[in-house]
Amino acid sequence: MITLEHVYILTGAMFAVFAIGRARDRSSPRQWRSAAFWALYALSFLIGSRLPDFANGVLLLTLVILASCGLAEPSQAASLATRKAAATTNGNRLFVPALAIPVVVLVGTLAAQRLSIGGSALFEPAHVTLIALAVAVLVALALGFLLLEVPPSAPLREGRRLMEAVGWAAVLPQILASLGALFAAAGVGAVVGRLVTAAIPMTSGSIAVVTYTFGMALFTVVMGNAFAAFPVMTAAIGLPLIVGRFGGDPVVMASLGMLSGFCGTLMTPMAANFNIVPAALLELPDRNAVIKVQIPTALVLLAANTVLMAVCVFRR
Amino acid sequence: MLVLSGVLIVILGFALRLNPLAVVAVAGLVTGVAGGATPTGVIEEFGRAFTTNRYVGIVWLVLPVIGLLERAGLRERVQDLITALQSITTARVLLGYLFLRQLTASIGMTALFGHAQMVRPLIAPMAEAAEERYGPITAATRMEIRAYAAATDNIGLFFGEDAFIAIGSVLLMQAFLEQSGYTVPALKLALWALPTAAIAFLVHGTRLLVLGRRLQSRRALAP
Repeated sequence: MITLEHVYILTGAMFAVFAIGRARDRSSPRQWRSAAFWALYALSFLIGSRLPDFANGVLLLTLVILASCGLAEPSQAASLATRKAAATTNGNRLFVPALAIPVVVLVGTLAAQRLSIGGSALFEPAHVTLIALAVAVLVALALGFLLLEVPPSAPLREGRRLMEAVGWAAVLPQILASLGALFAAAGVGAVVGRLVTAAIPMTSGSIAVVTYTFGMALFTVVMGNAFAAFPVMTAAIGLPLIVGRFGGDPVVMASLGMLSGFCGTLMTPMAANFNIVPAALLELPDRNAVIKVQIPTALVLLAANTVLMAVCVFRR
Repeated sequence: MLVLSGVLIVILGFALRLNPLAVVAVAGLVTGVAGGATPTGVIEEFGRAFTTNRYVGIVWLVLPVIGLLERAGLRERVQDLITALQSITTARVLLGYLFLRQLTASIGMTALFGHAQMVRPLIAPMAEAAEERYGPITAATRMEIRAYAAATDNIGLFFGEDAFIAIGSVLLMQAFLEQSGYTVPALKLALWALPTAAIAFLVHGTRLLVLGRRLQSRRALAP
């Protein structure tokens, strides 16, 4: 059976090659610091499951310190003339590996239930999509080498360039998810819920609805994740007030409440994998550029969710 | 109240534009200690959570493929094709992607597209090329188009996925309501995501058309 652990080893191997490439690349004075950063991240994927928690914690803090000191700038991309010539040679065959990724993910996810070897599932059932993504990458690489004329070193050299353009932002989503776990363990959510309900007098259903939707959005902005905000705000306002005291429909309350949280996700740097990482990936100089574009859409949708809930939740 | 000090550190750190990694690490350590754990215990908890969440980093596996394709001329090829197709505009590229992203997410195919595997190699180059057909564009315009491309992916994903009954958020809502004493069908929760999905398409679609207008008038002003 192919498990998530296998995918971690593949990912770790990739980061290890990036680390070696960086160590041998003398273009930046920060070559060793960057090489150490990617090597440690590789180590986390390769043997993180077997290290004691404390060692993983120290590894994480070392990554943070290395990143805070500044990592190496990415190397130069191949020249425009080289790429133009390659585009003419390769033509529309270029789209085959590019589109192979979504196609293999789709087919892999759908077919996973039927794929089995010796009675056990081929893909670990709980992580089918992630495993399908890794398989899709390997298929696309194979197709790329079969169909296109490129130097054999291109995937790892150009892959490292893209990774270094993203830089420390690459580990930010993972560290933020860990922060969420620490917040939950320390009981941050319960305190925020108490504060909100104590501050606003809940004299009517509409006030409860507005507090709930805006509270969901605001708490999501702080936590970076609507999933973390939902249990807190729903236990503090949604269930006891909207449903309990004012007799609202729990389905409408929950569904529109979660969507209000998503509006918050669009507006916060804490949701790094949606907002900060794409800015780095697209090489935008302003790391908040994506958030700035999203804020108007998010605010209109938050207002729309609030009105929808106020109108529909008490109709039974 | 003391446990909120971590939240405060996060807000201050982001506002002061300090390195987010350092801000988040300090906030985590402070929150853990304020919540009553020992420093060693917090580091252990942080390490365990970091290791459990490694799946977030798997998406980077896509980069060698994207690197290979860009070295082989994918962006330039996209540019040639888009320039030849007169009816394709930046707004139409992004509008089409918004629709496709919402539609595929609403049937649970959230991993089908994304920033690394779709926006960087195909959607952003298409959207940029559709404007470049009228002549060179400024760096600011290029960055604006790219930011809109990334935003379109997020909005399509967020306001599509909740219409699928087996997506994480719907399952979370159902489980939470269940443990609070309300048994509700997932289908009803998913159905209530449809009005917002439609509004999201209308609102963001309109903003994409406005972006198209803005690009057009910028062209008219250019010498």
